[in-house]
Amino acid sequence: MKYKSQAVAMPYFIAAIGLFVGQIIFGLILGLQYVVGDFLFPEIPFNVARMVHTNLLIVWLLFGFMGAAYYLVPEESETELFSSKLALAMFWIFLVAGALTIVGYLAVDYATLAQYTGNDILATMGREFLEQPLLTKIGIVVVALVFLFNISMTVLKGRKTAINIVLLLGLWGLAVFFLFSFYNPTNLVMDKFYWWWVVHLWVEGVWELIMAALLAFVLIKVTGVDREVIEKWLYVIIALALVTGIIGTGHHYYWIGTPEYWQWWGSIFSALEPIPFFAMTVFAFNMVNRRRREHPNQAAVLWALGTGVMAFLGAGVWGFLHTLAPVNFYTHGSQITAAHGHMAFYGAYVMVVITIISYAMPILRGRACNSRKAQVLEMWSFWLMTIAMVFITLFLTAAGILQVWLQRVSDTPLSFMAVQEQVSLFYWLRETTGVVFFIGLVLYLASFFVKGDEQAAAVPAGTATVPRG
Amino acid sequence: MSGTFTKAMARNIFYGGTVFFFLLFLALTFDTTSGLPKSDNRHNITPAVAAGKHIWETRNCLGCHTLLGEGAYYAPELGNVYKRRGPEFIKAWIQSQPTGAPGRRQMPNFNLSDEELNNLVEFLKYTSEINTQNWPPNIEG
Repeated sequence: MKYKSQAVAMPYFIAAIGLFVGQIIFGLILGLQYVVGDFLFPEIPFNVARMVHTNLLIVWLLFGFMGAAYYLVPEESETELFSSKLALAMFWIFLVAGALTIVGYLAVDYATLAQYTGNDILATMGREFLEQPLLTKIGIVVVALVFLFNISMTVLKGRKTAINIVLLLGLWGLAVFFLFSFYNPTNLVMDKFYWWWVVHLWVEGVWELIMAALLAFVLIKVTGVDREVIEKWLYVIIALALVTGIIGTGHHYYWIGTPEYWQWWGSIFSALEPIPFFAMTVFAFNMVNRRRREHPNQAAVLWALGTGVMAFLGAGVWGFLHTLAPVNFYTHGSQITAAHGHMAFYGAYVMVVITIISYAMPILRGRACNSRKAQVLEMWSFWLMTIAMVFITLFLTAAGILQVWLQRVSDTPLSFMAVQEQVSLFYWLRETTGVVFFIGLVLYLASFFVKGDEQAAAVPAGTATVPRG
Repeated sequence: MSGTFTKAMARNIFYGGTVFFFLLFLALTFDTTSGLPKSDNRHNITPAVAAGKHIWETRNCLGCHTLLGEGAYYAPELGNVYKRRGPEFIKAWIQSQPTGAPGRRQMPNFNLSDEELNNLVEFLKYTSEINTQNWPPNIEG
């Protein structure tokens, strides 16, 4: 690595991967509870397991983003981090706060947890993805502000590239929109309206800035394509993302008590939301095709290309599938939503974080890339996890189509629970594929411990041959 | 992208487009906010409804159910449950949980008092009267 302070990214990446494992274990528990309803009841009811599953996802992605920023910003700014001690301190605070929150979910009754953590002073809990106790939410804000201060100071004293400016904008946006999680009016419509200012403006707004910046950084490194070209693409992609995505928030305002005109605004703009993701795919393939060097870390290249494809499929195609108001009228809040959520999060954010980890981790461990053997294993994990996620999505989509038909379209609609039994075959298939995903994840973990021949690693970047595998 | 399209132009489109569409979003938000009293059933928000929403949140109901289509997809939609089942059924149902039927999905018992149950039902009644543009398509939710 070029700057000593980049090393602080390592604990962030390790924590991210650790929490990722936890997220998947709870995913498997949830998947089983879908078909064996009383599994782990009353020890871990579904609502608790789901909260752990989704909150772990958010927290590990945040760890990933922060680690990525600590790695990327010094290198882009060509200066040491403003303070690596501060970064390390925040790491421990965030990890302990996150761990305590998860333990709180699992060990304490949710209403009791709310009572003891100040929810009566300011009620913010019990809303999807924002279930964290008030103290945790305040902790997130403190950690985020210190983190932003740290990397902003680093950028200020160093070189300002498009990549680190866009990354900073995305991260500041993340922190600013999180503040809406503290606004929880009694009026349910207003509550839902501004809840989306966190959720939608995160994942279909500012997070896309972060994602595009990380992808652009890795592509510069592994392809050697001229920075001017890559940064131009970066601006085009994020312009498309925000131009479509901001008003695209309207696709959540169809049926929650908001005016009918959102069906037009939401449908039109969110129908355009696949475009930036498609541009990202074209971008990734285009840059790799125009590469000026054969980077020895082929696993990182694979993850980068995979991110483009899977983000387009998950966020773009599966989002478009149910975003038009006349379609959404039938699919809203069904397994179609779950299908889209899984592939979009995996394709866009999970994969981009793994991309940067795949690129940076070997360097943090003192080599340009891992041994061929380790890379082959990592590529196996890529294919297992990615194909498993494709099938999870397909099975949930099948379940969703059946569900919508039986419950909402049919002339003789069945009740929710009756329909759930009708579609249980697809839940079994999803759970089986979930196990395959987990095997892929285990291989991914194993790839960090494979030694193998160090030949590929010993050759400096730019001159090495492509490892086959 | 030809040579005439420069990075500076792309950057300006990004900043200009973002600012323009964010301002448009704020304008739409302003218009929505001023029109909401007609559709959001706010005149029926009583202290009981507020207390009921608090029960809804602190029991993490959204961790299994959807409310106006948002939440988890493990258990039935509750935005229209007041119309589907009526107040007495809802209270009796909550009190009788968990069913303990082997292999069936289980709902915890939250040990709610009569007053808390009434508040929760009031909240669900208020929710069922929000103008949702006729969603869901039928009573099954």
